Amino acid sequence: MTTSPTPAGAVDYTTKIPNNINLAGDDRVLKALEQWHPGYIDWWMTMGPDGFQTSDVYLRTAISIDPKGWAKFDYVKMPEYRWGILLAPQDENRLVNFGAHKGEKAWQEVPGEYRASLRRLVVIQGDTEPASVEQQRFLGKTAPSLYDMRNLFQVNVEEGRHLWAMVYLLHKYFGKDGREEADGLLQRRSGDQDKPRMLGAFNEETPDWLSFFMFTFFTDRDGKMQLESLAQSGFDPMSRTCRFMLTEEAHHMFVGETGVSRTIERTCAAMKAAGIEDPYDINRVRALGVIDLPTIQKKANLHYSLSLDLFGSEISTNAANFYNGGLKGRFMETKIEDDHLLTSATYPVLKLIDGQIKSVEEPALTAINMRLRDDYSKDCQGGVNRWNKVIEKAGIKFAITLPSVAFHRHIGEFKDVKVSHDGKVLSETEWIKNRDQWLPSKSDGDYIASLMQPCWERGKYAGWLSAPKVGIDNKGGDFEYVKIHRA
Amino acid sequence: MAEAAAAKRIDFQTDPSRYHHWKLVTDGDRAELIMDVDENATLFSGYQLKLNSYDLGVDIELADVLQRLRFEHPEVRVVVMKSGKDKVFCAGANIRMLAVSTHAHKVNFCKFTNETRNSIEDSSENSGQKFICAVRGTAAGGGYELALACDRIILADDGNSTVSLPEIPLLAVLPGTGGLTRVTDKRKVRRDLADAFCTVEEGVKGARAVKWRLVDRVATNSKFDAEVAALATELAASIKKAPGAKGIALTPIPRAIAADTITYSTVRVAIDRPGRRATITILGPDANPPDDIATMHSQAAQFWSLRLARELDDAILELRLNELEVGTLVFKSEGDPGRVLAHDAFLANHAEDWLATEIRNYWKRVLKRIDVTSRSLVATIEPGSCFAGTLAEIVFACDRSFMFQGSRKGDNRGPATMLLSAQNFGAYPMSNGITRLQTRFLGEPESVGAAEKQTGKSLDAAACEDLGLVTSAFDEIDWDDEVRIFLEERASFSADGLTGLEANLRFAGPETMETKIFGRLTAWQNWIFQRPNAVGADGALKRYGSGVKAEFDKKRV
Repeated sequence: MTTSPTPAGAVDYTTKIPNNINLAGDDRVLKALEQWHPGYIDWWMTMGPDGFQTSDVYLRTAISIDPKGWAKFDYVKMPEYRWGILLAPQDENRLVNFGAHKGEKAWQEVPGEYRASLRRLVVIQGDTEPASVEQQRFLGKTAPSLYDMRNLFQVNVEEGRHLWAMVYLLHKYFGKDGREEADGLLQRRSGDQDKPRMLGAFNEETPDWLSFFMFTFFTDRDGKMQLESLAQSGFDPMSRTCRFMLTEEAHHMFVGETGVSRTIERTCAAMKAAGIEDPYDINRVRALGVIDLPTIQKKANLHYSLSLDLFGSEISTNAANFYNGGLKGRFMETKIEDDHLLTSATYPVLKLIDGQIKSVEEPALTAINMRLRDDYSKDCQGGVNRWNKVIEKAGIKFAITLPSVAFHRHIGEFKDVKVSHDGKVLSETEWIKNRDQWLPSKSDGDYIASLMQPCWERGKYAGWLSAPKVGIDNKGGDFEYVKIHRA
Repeated sequence: MAEAAAAKRIDFQTDPSRYHHWKLVTDGDRAELIMDVDENATLFSGYQLKLNSYDLGVDIELADVLQRLRFEHPEVRVVVMKSGKDKVFCAGANIRMLAVSTHAHKVNFCKFTNETRNSIEDSSENSGQKFICAVRGTAAGGGYELALACDRIILADDGNSTVSLPEIPLLAVLPGTGGLTRVTDKRKVRRDLADAFCTVEEGVKGARAVKWRLVDRVATNSKFDAEVAALATELAASIKKAPGAKGIALTPIPRAIAADTITYSTVRVAIDRPGRRATITILGPDANPPDDIATMHSQAAQFWSLRLARELDDAILELRLNELEVGTLVFKSEGDPGRVLAHDAFLANHAEDWLATEIRNYWKRVLKRIDVTSRSLVATIEPGSCFAGTLAEIVFACDRSFMFQGSRKGDNRGPATMLLSAQNFGAYPMSNGITRLQTRFLGEPESVGAAEKQTGKSLDAAACEDLGLVTSAFDEIDWDDEVRIFLEERASFSADGLTGLEANLRFAGPETMETKIFGRLTAWQNWIFQRPNAVGADGALKRYGSGVKAEFDKKRV
């Protein structure tokens, strides 16, 4: 067999694991990944989408890292999806752009000094990827359409690929410990009492499709922010890996934003058709078989607050060390106009002072998490505004709002205090009295669950969700996105 | 001047023709060791060595004398140490030298002087050479500590001669060379009397010094020499060693010192300054040991085991004193492990030979010197290495050891192995009195037995890892990265933190006088040496001799 040199950016399919990193020439990593592969497939078969492993799914697969043409669509059985290792191209002149090493050449190897910190960052990021697949594994059974089912599976296989990306870093750069950590990523389980996933939000249930949309909108957006800040890393392979992951993450965000938007759209349309103007006339709205806007707001409150917890404590010496070490930067670090050292800068941080929520100037270096969280909130707000346009267009007086960052928190400054949706500090009794106003109640959950009936007919959509404006890969809404062969 | 102390390269090689401060006179089985410090022959500028006070240069000569006594004068049974000056035996470490020295130099100085004092006691215990300290005039501070290292102390009963440890009242520091430990643990002075002794600047003399057990005897000036001679005869009679031993010459050690390398015949040191580490490569013997002991005697200082011990000892001292920023020492070896074991066996089979015994005792001290070296110690055991028997002890002295599993592509030398010999099970006790393997396996003594069963066998990486002899084994896939990352990480930690960590972890198990001396030196003396009460602008060390009383922070810590 003769092989022609692989063009830059193209994926090499000659090894079992598609890649653009010349895996064929790296015996050591190839061997480690090939040893890891069966365990991964085993995990995918037991913890991946339940009941659809033999179905043909119309999925995109990365064939190049060229932004214009990197994806190829075709029917694939998920276990045969070609998970691969894809990194954004290397820029020979890239520098460390922030922290104490600012101006040095970006590192192509792990500096020994930062081995433990970098490994921890990779492992935490890596742990979230399989976790969300586990959280979403039963959703296929209640998919509101083949289109949505396909989107779910696309998200799932890409989370799987993101796990591969992190495992590649562990295998390539962290030796024996790295291989042990890579195995650990397949051993933990979302929500498992004995071996839970590392972060709280990834042990919560995703019981229904509205939760899935909210999760992809809010929680995957945290993932995007984390990847954005890791993409700034002075450790170049991490940066390159994360940059390519971000191109895929955009689709997950799209699934979330449009999913919620289509839910809202369907609710508004049904209300209008029935002549209901009061969005709080919940019983009448629910009688239409759609999800009332206040309940959508409650779902948003829940997922937003859980996702804020993922940013960690507002004031964090770990985050400061990661920044100062050049390991993890800020969102759009290179576009920010400051010294990128932050040794003397301050940043406003919301804190609980004498029972009041107040903004306090804190050293910017220790407030890195807070800053990333603020950028996240801004990013969320953009999507929320687009949802509100849909409501506005329907002429209904209602607007989805993001709750106060102090609301329903379990990590950080506000973890020990009860706060209302609009940021008022409450007594325990007030909180218990009002909780169901702001967070989904059991009956809200039961109602949504009652709507979760599969709708698998080509071109059909469940009654609580409107059809997408356009399909995937320029296919129509009635395209057979999943050919179901139930196992 | 402290800067000068940092800039000048300190050489540990000397010989009697170059001595400034000591004179050794041997007469049959007796020797006189006369301390007569040349006050102008200092290691650095900025002080004079008045009153037989000493700096590191004086101690380097003393260490050399002791070594030559063992190897060049094995016939000597009793050494009388005395002063070449009237009215003063020795005033101890030079205070002005301490005042102008960097902290690091003071610590290294104290460590070396301690090793030398311990070496006196080692000669007494293992080389059949007893020491009598004949004190006329004052023996103050380090001067009395020198006496304490000897087997017997005779003090002139002349109304003037005293022994004292005036560090606290005079300098606000502690005796740095084992003084306190030897007063209580060796001479077994009652603690309240010891307390009184250590706080009275002028010290104790005459009968009281005997009563308090600070000295063994006193003698008037007229009877002094006769008393010393009588005691020498008494001690010589107590020594069981075969007469007729003929010494060998400790010829100069050839070495080439370049900017980043030191090259000996059996040791190569390569310094990686950006990485702040030195690689010490030990070269195994290029031949088997001779067939008979006479040939070894004729090879003398060229005999591989002795040559390597001397070169390695010098290399460690070079790095300790002259390369302060080299934080990690990486030990490697090259050679035939079988030949190393053959040398071990040769020395063990000739245990009755004085030279064979001295060589083994020397190895014990070199290994101890490695143990107390305040650098991160790492061994990498790779294909082609010869960490066997005595050389395996270096691996066990290290804080971490990494072994290469399998072979490198294209390397036909076969996988790395380690071999154990009888020497790993008793010949080289650490300062805690037990072997490195016993110390290593304090919680699992059966592991020492398991290792001993493998004596003489080639142990590959898996076996060594299994036996707990190395920290980790890595194959070709992981080796380069794992070792590089470890070394880089190590270099990123606080040097002080590592010094403390390593000193704490290395010496598990029993406490001995030696462990107390080194432990208390590092913990207490180094703390006090950093405190303003001693080294601040108004501290006692700085104000010493100025006539102005030191000012103390009175808070107890």
